[in-house]
Amino acid sequence: MNQEEQVQVLGLWGSPFSKRVEMVLKLKGIPYEYIEEDVYVQKSPRLLKLNPIHKKVPVLVHQGKSIAESLVIVEYIEDTWTTSYPMLPHDPYERSMARFWAKYADDKVMLTLWKACWGPESEREKMVEEAYDGLKYLEEELGDKQFFGGETIGLVDIAADFIAYWFGIAQEASGVMIMTAERFPKLQRWSQNFVRNNIIKEVLPPKEKLMALFKAQFGNNASNEA
Amino acid sequence: MADEVILLDFWPSPFGVRARIALREKGVKFEYREENLRDKSPLLLQMNPVHKKIPVLIHNGKPVCESMNVVQYIDEVWSDKNPLLPSDPYQRAQARFWVDFIDTKVYEPADKIWSTKGEVQETAKKEYIEALKILEAELGDKPYFGGDNFGFVDIAMTGYYMWFEASEKCGNFRIEPECPTLMASARRCLQRDSVVNSVPDPEKIVEFAFKIRKIYCV
Repeated sequence: MNQEEQVQVLGLWGSPFSKRVEMVLKLKGIPYEYIEEDVYVQKSPRLLKLNPIHKKVPVLVHQGKSIAESLVIVEYIEDTWTTSYPMLPHDPYERSMARFWAKYADDKVMLTLWKACWGPESEREKMVEEAYDGLKYLEEELGDKQFFGGETIGLVDIAADFIAYWFGIAQEASGVMIMTAERFPKLQRWSQNFVRNNIIKEVLPPKEKLMALFKAQFGNNASNEA
Repeated sequence: MADEVILLDFWPSPFGVRARIALREKGVKFEYREENLRDKSPLLLQMNPVHKKIPVLIHNGKPVCESMNVVQYIDEVWSDKNPLLPSDPYQRAQARFWVDFIDTKVYEPADKIWSTKGEVQETAKKEYIEALKILEAELGDKPYFGGDNFGFVDIAMTGYYMWFEASEKCGNFRIEPECPTLMASARRCLQRDSVVNSVPDPEKIVEFAFKIRKIYCV
């Protein structure tokens, strides 16, 4: 493979945003070079050059060009490598639904879950209520499907990766219990399906390392991940 | 069977206007339904139960929500004319990136300009101009963000272009001296047929902005 065809991913080991890109590349069987960017310590000149607007990871580099923002990258991968493991359905209406739920999981739900665990004490109760509401809609949308994408992992599952894996660890680290098997049995089942998937499980960061990170950062805002 | 296309919308909305423009770019006949956001219709609540917001496009009874999602849907369904997104994957990614930038970095300060005053408003004005300057750098010397063709990013920005005058009056500042080439592109966009037929009279938006400013800005 020549230099131009090679795919590079600039990422952060523990970031759900960064991992989304790696998950999709691996599901589609696309080889790539991974470059760890320790954004909390020092942003490299390379990162600042490839993502001057947001200065965040993940960044995908392909054919000499860089793309930023995890879900934009996922759609780029989907548009470029069209023959293996489709992340989106063919039908325009189904695609619009997938994009709607992906944005919902990414924009609304993830943020409220994060704030429910680590937001200011004064807002905690309100955030927990909002978290319940957000998860409730996702539980309904999932229904009895194995994944949000149906029988295979799709865009929504990838966008909701934080909920499937990171959130369980965050709950343990912060002591705030929101997503329980009793309240959200479908999401619980889904998260197990997701993290046990042969390809996904190879990509996920180690639980102990994430637990240590969350405990150390308890109360801090994560502002270096896109 | 003919397509039934209904748009639930609110006339001054910078998000609703995006859907109107996209439909008109494609020559799609649609029924426009005005929503009173203080008394949302049962149809809106049924079609967008999660966010309860406009715009909602209802195509043959099925709802599509979130303005740029609606624009993308319109582009994919009525794909035979006026493509709104480029066909090249990298150009598409760039368009999506800049729409994400607009809906985060422009949206938040723009909202604060009409709804706040004092220090908060001053900070919002600074952030708004900063974001517009970044967009102007991206525009370069192209007539549109889409290059020679009016496209996805231009549609996203037109919602803000139609609010430029109202923002300037609420914030007591001028955008053109800061971003002359963006303003030139804005004027170009505001002259397009699909936009002229979709955008309300700027005077009415100014009037609306001051009306809601009285309510929000104590």
